[in-house]
Amino acid sequence: MRINRRTLIRTGGAAMAAGGIGGTVKAQSSGGNLPPHVPEWMQYQGQPYLNPAYGTPSPHEADVVRRSIAGFVTDTAVASWTPIHRLHGIITPNGLTFERHHGGVPEINPDEHRLIIHGLVDRPLIFTMEDLMRFPSVSELHFLECSGNSSTEFSEKSSRLSVQMSHGLLSCCEWTGVRLSTLLDEVGIKPESKWLLAEGADAAAMTRSIPIEKALDDAIIVYAQNGEALRPEQGYPVRLFLPGFEGNSNIKWLRRIEIGEQPWQTREETSKYTDLLPDGTARQFTFNMPIKSVVTFPNFEKSFTEKGFYEISGLAWSGNGKVAKVEVSVDGGSTWQEAQLQEPIISKCLTRFRLPFTWTGQPFEVQSRATDEHGDVQPARERLIDEVGRNALYHYNGIQGWKVAENAEVTNANA
Amino acid sequence: MQTHNMTMTMVAATTALLALTVAPAMAQDADGRFDIGSSATQEQIAGWDIDIHPDGTGLPEGSGTVAEGTEIYAYQCAHCHGEDPTEPVKGYPALAGGQGSLDTDKPVRTIGSYWPHATTIYDYVNRAMPFESPQSLAPDEVYAVTAYLLHVNDILPDDATLDAGSLAAVRMPNADGFHSDIWPANQADAD
Ligand code: HEC
Repeated sequence: MRINRRTLIRTGGAAMAAGGIGGTVKAQSSGGNLPPHVPEWMQYQGQPYLNPAYGTPSPHEADVVRRSIAGFVTDTAVASWTPIHRLHGIITPNGLTFERHHGGVPEINPDEHRLIIHGLVDRPLIFTMEDLMRFPSVSELHFLECSGNSSTEFSEKSSRLSVQMSHGLLSCCEWTGVRLSTLLDEVGIKPESKWLLAEGADAAAMTRSIPIEKALDDAIIVYAQNGEALRPEQGYPVRLFLPGFEGNSNIKWLRRIEIGEQPWQTREETSKYTDLLPDGTARQFTFNMPIKSVVTFPNFEKSFTEKGFYEISGLAWSGNGKVAKVEVSVDGGSTWQEAQLQEPIISKCLTRFRLPFTWTGQPFEVQSRATDEHGDVQPARERLIDEVGRNALYHYNGIQGWKVAENAEVTNANA
Repeated sequence: MQTHNMTMTMVAATTALLALTVAPAMAQDADGRFDIGSSATQEQIAGWDIDIHPDGTGLPEGSGTVAEGTEIYAYQCAHCHGEDPTEPVKGYPALAGGQGSLDTDKPVRTIGSYWPHATTIYDYVNRAMPFESPQSLAPDEVYAVTAYLLHVNDILPDDATLDAGSLAAVRMPNADGFHSDIWPANQADAD
């Protein structure tokens, strides 16, 4: 007889009807998998291996997915948000890294992809993917945040009810590649070099001007993410990675770097990704993502289920270095307690913070406030808006409040 | 000759280990280069080097008029950006209007109200528009539609012709609207 799940269940059912065997209590309809019963899944062989060859999460985690909004008119100039409220630690799984594209995800054959470096150089060079992977490599953990993340919180009333949709243009991965400085040594940049232009091989031919100091400092030409090849939506086969810089400048599907003396003033550094101030002037080249933090538990999907002990938890990060301190308030910002920071604390990387907490069943408002190693403190929302107004669109880093109701429901305090 | 073989293996292994330790230094030539990658030819670079600098460097030969641009816009752009470019189809960006709105509660950022450089219009339309078929317009067409967009933003008269020289010479209404001295200061220090 071929043993399969069906027959076993049927046999089990018969045994159960007969009153059980040898004292063990067989599965029953409801709660039958709980002690003292023997769970159903112990009574037959589980799924076979390589099922599938590239593993996927449990079907019970099917709601832990990227989400988007209804407002996009095209399906290629779009964004999707990481479910940061359902993740643990600091790493974003590759399938959950937020997306922001301006011309869709190109389907690139890596054998036919090239990176050209030219302009103010001694030797313009063209690299294949195999070439790039021969250079000495580095692997570093860094966050990546769209500079438009949380831009809805500039409004008088935020339209975003959940932390996924208000703060989820954020991810953190281990990025592997070759230092851009290594490639610039290879082409030999001329002394008058001040800026470079990075260009993507997508339908937007995305372009940004980057200061040469950043290129020579910690920029990486990245081909792998969390141990495997970049995902197509993250720039497969190769992207620029600028630790701490706003997401858009980390050009995906990188095909060309030109060295020059002045910024190019591309659409993405003039019309977009510039911070409009109340007086009608705008800040340009505001690359570094400022100090920021957000509580991710409790949240709109997972909250307290009863009175008692819980860990309030969240994420903090700074584009300027390490997170030095995170404080949490459970009374709407009147008093603050220092949270525990998970080691290791890495520069320009997410830091997980935690605060032991006992819920008494009363409604309250929780907030978090981060400070970085240079002493920059995450500003109150009102202070930030006083300073840059409501039209800046980018680099929002105000303190975020969440209201927890008596029934434990969590809502955006700005909504 | 078991012992001898083992000694040989050990010597070989030690040599390999030594080689490994010093390998990074030896991999680079006298100038510190790895000599990986091929020379990029002028032809290869020319085919990919599509960017336009704000001083006009990179603009190709060719020209286009507002009248020609009006027609291209109607056929290739209006179904998204609106027959009247101040009134796009909902959700698409407006390509004109908004002048004087930047310091109000409802700023409208368009080419005419916000963009500091006219060369950016050429660069962007040439690389990314029309949305369904980027890089499909010929230089004359990009000049023409750029002339049209500058005209509907009251920057060029309706009989204007645009080429490399005249495009680089256009001064945008919001040319002085940006603080570009942010880098390398961070957001907090920039106040
Ligand atoms: C299918 C719809 C569609 C068509 C047709 C189209 N565009 Fe666009 N255009 C868009 C979208 C969508 C964007 C915004 C892209 C993004 O989000 O990066 C855009 C952006 C632009 C912008 C930048 C606007 C800004 O303020 O930053 C310009 C300029 C532009 N288009 C010009 C044109 C021109 C000229 C044509 C015709 C040759 C054209 N477009 C055809 C959809 C379209």
